[in-house]
Amino acid sequence: MKEFGYHRSTDVQDAVALLADEPEAHFLGGGTNLVDLMKAGVETPGLLVDVRNLPLRGIEVRADGALTIGATATNSDLAAHPEVRRRYPALSQAVLAGASGQLRNVATVGGNLLQRTRCGYFTDTSYPCNKRVPGSGCPAITGEHHNHAILGASEHCVATNPSDLGVALAAFDAVVSYEAIDGPGELPLADFYPAVGDTPHVETALPAGALITAVTLPAAPVAARSRYRKVRERASYAFATGSVAAALDVDGGVVRDVRIAFGAVASRPWRAHAAERSLTGAPATAEAFAAAADAELAAAKPLPHNGYKVRLMRNLMVSVLTELAEEAAR
Amino acid sequence: MPPTTRSDISLRVNGETHALTVDNRTTLLDALRENLGLTGTKKGCDQGQCGACTVLADGRRAVSCLQLAVAAEGSDITTIEGISDGEDLHPVQEAFLELDGYQCGYCTPGQICSAVAVIREHAEGWPSAATDDVRPDAEPMPLDAAEIRERMSGNLCRCGAYPAIVRAVARAADGAKVTA
Repeated sequence: MKEFGYHRSTDVQDAVALLADEPEAHFLGGGTNLVDLMKAGVETPGLLVDVRNLPLRGIEVRADGALTIGATATNSDLAAHPEVRRRYPALSQAVLAGASGQLRNVATVGGNLLQRTRCGYFTDTSYPCNKRVPGSGCPAITGEHHNHAILGASEHCVATNPSDLGVALAAFDAVVSYEAIDGPGELPLADFYPAVGDTPHVETALPAGALITAVTLPAAPVAARSRYRKVRERASYAFATGSVAAALDVDGGVVRDVRIAFGAVASRPWRAHAAERSLTGAPATAEAFAAAADAELAAAKPLPHNGYKVRLMRNLMVSVLTELAEEAAR
Repeated sequence: MPPTTRSDISLRVNGETHALTVDNRTTLLDALRENLGLTGTKKGCDQGQCGACTVLADGRRAVSCLQLAVAAEGSDITTIEGISDGEDLHPVQEAFLELDGYQCGYCTPGQICSAVAVIREHAEGWPSAATDDVRPDAEPMPLDAAEIRERMSGNLCRCGAYPAIVRAVARAADGAKVTA
């Protein structure tokens, strides 16, 4: 591991100023991804600015019903919070589906959004990788890619975003707040992760050196009936091969409002807008759910070894929506 | 001037405060084992995947291999050496002994530290991925085998002592309830 300096910050502006002064500096949250990547030589910061003592840990419901989650709230604090469990149960379920109890206790919400892909070529510096070394190539496209992207990828990178939390945040229209050297700003999660294109190394739309300070979910009564389901290669403590966050509001057998997002299929949490459009006003039946899934997955471009994900996501989405519709009918 | 890459820190471990000078690259795990001689905490994968290095930080379980020692300053760390009350074993330790919750024993310190925290997390009403209904007004979930397996999934046992580990955690949790 390369040597680095360490500074524990207690002031947001100070932390952001430190990063502006030192191009090789990184923020350190729980460190569950960053420290691992430093050991592997993938990340080589010259200075770590520890942000866990910043006053950004709160989780609160605002007067307008929106939920604001501080960037350094831990995954465990988020998943256990009564208002999260009441208003956005799929968000709590998504967090609980990720990592292990030990990791969730230290991993932060801001860090979760900035975690790097688990593509084996990205995390192994003996291989080329367009994300790690722009222009060096992508061995995954012709190599091991059974768990890589089927939507929104490019000929330059087929890696997936590994977050579970992000999938629920995408379904519920999260907005990311940040502090940059020239002041605060906001980015809807929908714009937070840019398209892969020929710049897979550009992973977020955050200004250089910006610190995520909070994530806000607008009030969404539909989210009170929501679920997150994750498929993986063992029963627990593994990244997804596919996941769905969904919320459903049914009135008289007709879909009044629906939110759907997919995980582990793209370089970002994938909001299923085509499926939502197809379903709004449609009957809440398995046939309509399947047609909506097909509408979303029509754009899928599977690789030779991950075509199973198209059927997996279709079945997963139909099963989650069917359960939500049954719950609504009770 | 480049930032200094070593730090003078004080680590609070098992109720004692230790003054150390560490390279910033030192993990909490290595500081415990190499600097403080607390070798009960084990190094397994060193990548946060196996749970052998689990300790408690301010009462919450965490893997010490992905925590930098310099970032652990200010936390109250409890290792396996600090789990018992002197010569009186912790109920989780007693249960692992009585029910053979191990074979080779290498993962056991991490399993025990993790289980101590699991019982506390469950008592505080934290849901898990095995919990059917996470809503706060749902019936509290019992700490049954499915809940224990899910909550302990961050601790691998390559001997495969899982069935006995599940029984030991369940036994200790029942005991914890009786004395609570």
